[in-house]
Amino acid sequence: MELTTVWFILIAILWTGYFVLEGFDFGVGMLLPVLGRAHGDKALAERRRRVLINTIGPIWDGNEVWVITAGGATFAAFPEWYATMFSAFYLPLLLILVALIVRGVAFEYRGTRDDPKWRRRWDACIVIGSAVPAFLWGVAFGNIVHGLKIRPQPLPNGPLEYVGSFWDLLNPYSVLAGATTLLLFLTHGAIFLTLKTSGDVRDHARSVASKVGLLAAVLAVAFFAFTFSYRATAASIVLSVAAVAAFAASLLLIRVRRGQRPGTRKEGWAFAGTAACIALTVISLFVALWPNVFPSSLLPEWSLTAQNASSTPYTLKIMTWVAVVFTPLVLLYQGWTYWVFRKRIGVEHIPDGAH
Amino acid sequence: MDALEWARWQFGITTVYHFLFVPITIGLAFLVAGFQTAWVRAEKRGDPYAVRWLKLTKFYGKLFLINFAMGVVTGIVQEFQFGMNWSAYSRFVGDIFGAPLAIEALLAFFLESTFLGLWIFGWDKLPRKIHLACIWIAAFGTALSAYFILAANSFMQNPVGFKLNPDTGRAELTDFGAVLTNKVTLVTFPHTLAGCFLTGGALVAGVALWHVMRDKPGTDADKRAYRSALKVGGWTALVATAALFITGDTQGKIMTEVQPMKMAAAEALYETQQPAPFSLFTIGTLDGSEPIYSIEIPGLLSFLGTGSFDGQVQGINDLQAEYEQKYGPGSYTPIIPVTYWTFRLMITFGALAGLVALWALWATRRGRTPKTKWLRWAGLSLPLLPLAANSVGWIFTEMGRQPWIVFSQLKTAQGVSPSVGTSEVITSLTVFTLLYGVLAVVEIGLLLKYAKAGVPDVTPPPEKPEQTDQPLAFAY
Ligand code: HDD
Ligand code: HEM
Ligand code: HEM
Repeated sequence: MELTTVWFILIAILWTGYFVLEGFDFGVGMLLPVLGRAHGDKALAERRRRVLINTIGPIWDGNEVWVITAGGATFAAFPEWYATMFSAFYLPLLLILVALIVRGVAFEYRGTRDDPKWRRRWDACIVIGSAVPAFLWGVAFGNIVHGLKIRPQPLPNGPLEYVGSFWDLLNPYSVLAGATTLLLFLTHGAIFLTLKTSGDVRDHARSVASKVGLLAAVLAVAFFAFTFSYRATAASIVLSVAAVAAFAASLLLIRVRRGQRPGTRKEGWAFAGTAACIALTVISLFVALWPNVFPSSLLPEWSLTAQNASSTPYTLKIMTWVAVVFTPLVLLYQGWTYWVFRKRIGVEHIPDGAH
Repeated sequence: MDALEWARWQFGITTVYHFLFVPITIGLAFLVAGFQTAWVRAEKRGDPYAVRWLKLTKFYGKLFLINFAMGVVTGIVQEFQFGMNWSAYSRFVGDIFGAPLAIEALLAFFLESTFLGLWIFGWDKLPRKIHLACIWIAAFGTALSAYFILAANSFMQNPVGFKLNPDTGRAELTDFGAVLTNKVTLVTFPHTLAGCFLTGGALVAGVALWHVMRDKPGTDADKRAYRSALKVGGWTALVATAALFITGDTQGKIMTEVQPMKMAAAEALYETQQPAPFSLFTIGTLDGSEPIYSIEIPGLLSFLGTGSFDGQVQGINDLQAEYEQKYGPGSYTPIIPVTYWTFRLMITFGALAGLVALWALWATRRGRTPKTKWLRWAGLSLPLLPLAANSVGWIFTEMGRQPWIVFSQLKTAQGVSPSVGTSEVITSLTVFTLLYGVLAVVEIGLLLKYAKAGVPDVTPPPEKPEQTDQPLAFAY
């Protein structure tokens, strides 16, 4: 296999890893106001929110590094792609960065003062900081699949640059893509919580997951149908169908009769289902893109492809060795972290007087 | 001003800001790891005051985490803004520059973030030794990330291991080993790391000194804790200052070799001289072509630049003429007052930090409690001086490289994103500056709050992690 192909696959893997992992911590962040309530019992609400945040406390930063690595790897393997894409998505990226900044700081700072107002503000940062990237990453990917106004600048042989405006990035398809990722992540997060919490929070998370999940499923189907009208291969269609099936399966798995709850095993499989759905969705988009990485909507010849956007074979070779040696290592120790913190968390675990 | 100028301001502001937190993170990570190691060992020895080390671990650990959060979130901006504002530059160097950046993320950032997560939440979940190993691995990760990012930066100072492809106009990697062992990297890394240790040591010592000098009744263990911290921090700062001077001297020599213009600009040395003096103070003409007045130490610059007191150091005017010949017409001279003063201030701030640390150690020797108001003020400045030194040091390094973004290969003006308009850059510059300003106020408030609160009461975590359900010890 050519190294450019290998790196196309590796970049797809990095984005897949990012969306699967950070997807649920975005979801948990967005659910803070929903699951962090307790019918007017302020102290209990407070504990509930801390339960939610502690389920992702040890891991969210590690999850976020996946996007940093995706960015760095794109820079190294496909500098032209990195350059064109990041300058094209200038304002959306700015918003994403701001969101990630306030969100990251909020996790670390919300508990540093015993003051309800202080915590409310940081909680708002967590919610907004999770929702904005969950939506905008979808918009960005929608735009990539759709194709953007890219042409040589200057004509005829200059570098391929984006010549559209910010408003071109907000079209019905990309907004649908954003709404889809947002709802998928929300469901993914809620199902993660059924697996990681106990007591009322767990039940509440399950009921939220079923409701939001239905909406997400409808949007996902619409999104795929829309996608096929732009770009589709047999493989990408199969993958999309599999994604929807995996999602439907998880929604079925957490369905129960009133007053009962599914066991941990079922919840585990349900979580695997939403994870698979997100992974398959990302993979199907990359499969549909190949061999383009950043297609031009103006003229197919002006598209950035895995060939014309890549680094030299020498750089790719070095990067391949690095990736082959270190990626398994990273997966190993990140997996170990999840194992160490595998226990469910309930309100009874939150220390008294903690804030 | 056009997009280029704004983009430069944005890069300068966001990077200097990022680098306020980075040295604290690197320095404190190692010191906190050291405190925790001391605790584990003291417990084993049966030291009756072993708990003081645990108190220090948690106390400085908290300050470390408050700071780390800011380092992480400002770092993400760095990773993305090359593509956003400097797309032409990214195309030009991506083949070379991207690799260390990606490796930094894959090797270092994953280590840092994952093991720090384990450390924060793992006090009651991991066996003691493994928990201790987590903070050491995170600390090691911070040093690794410094290495790779400095390798990337050093390529811009002294491009090696590449060739220019005439068809694409891009730099292409030919020897990755050469990029990682760039002689500039090899001197920049120890120098920067020493700067980080000075920063961490000074912070630890400064806060401890304040508590030692404060006449407040506390437990015996607390008092011992502050004294131990003062000693560790003070000595770290002293050794780091010495290391900075030694490595800085080497850096000066390498710089004279690879970027003679930067050395000349650092000295406002207009005419080539042999031997060349080191000036302590200079006022030059506004057009930057000659000095009006200066106080000098004969021969010192020759020594700094070449290692011999009567070596020849090239002057700005000669270099300008030489570069015009080589690279075509244009100015190749950085802004002299900036390079001149930042270079001096870096050395001054760093030396002052070392002196204050020495004073604090001396005044508190063998259990003494100093009362002078002066020392208290000096102690408060202790954590700030190295931060200032780091910032001006980088401003010197980066502005002294101008007009080049990659020395001798690509001008800064050619590196900016052609498709990004002025209004977009102004928007992002404004947003980042405002956001960073607000966050600075919040972070400083928190650091002060926790520094003032002093070492916490602690219950040592269990020797073996318990299997029973128990409250989270160190939750958010
Ligand atoms: C606490 C901080 C601190 C202190 C006390 C010093 N430095 Fe420094 N210096 C830095 C922190 C720093 C830095 C911020 O870390 C820089 C910026 C880029 C770099 O490599 O390190 C730097 C850069 C830097 C450079 C620029 C290298 C280049 O552009 O290629 C030189 C020549 C020196 N230093 C030399 C010295 C000398 C001779 C010092 C004392 C006698 C000294 N530094 C003290
Ligand atoms: C080690 C990684 C670093 C890299 C790769 C890097 C790269 C760059 C780039 C691409 C620019 C913009 C182009 C230019 O104006 O020349 C720049 C400018 C600048 N950087 Fe760095 N930088 C690094 C570290 C730092 C640090 C740590 C600081 C300060 C603490 C810093 C301070 C500045 C300043 C002040 C400018 C503006 C200079 C000017 O435009 O005149 N840099 N750097
Ligand atoms: C312009 C160049 C730079 C880029 C692109 C960059 C990138 C980043 C990123 C993405 C992070 C967040 C990592 C996380 O999420 O865990 C980060 C943090 C960090 N960076 Fe930078 N950085 C730059 C300059 C520097 C320099 C010059 C150094 C050291 C000499 C440095 C050392 C670190 C360290 C030690 C951390 C982790 C500790 C902390 O968060 O404070 N960086 N950087």
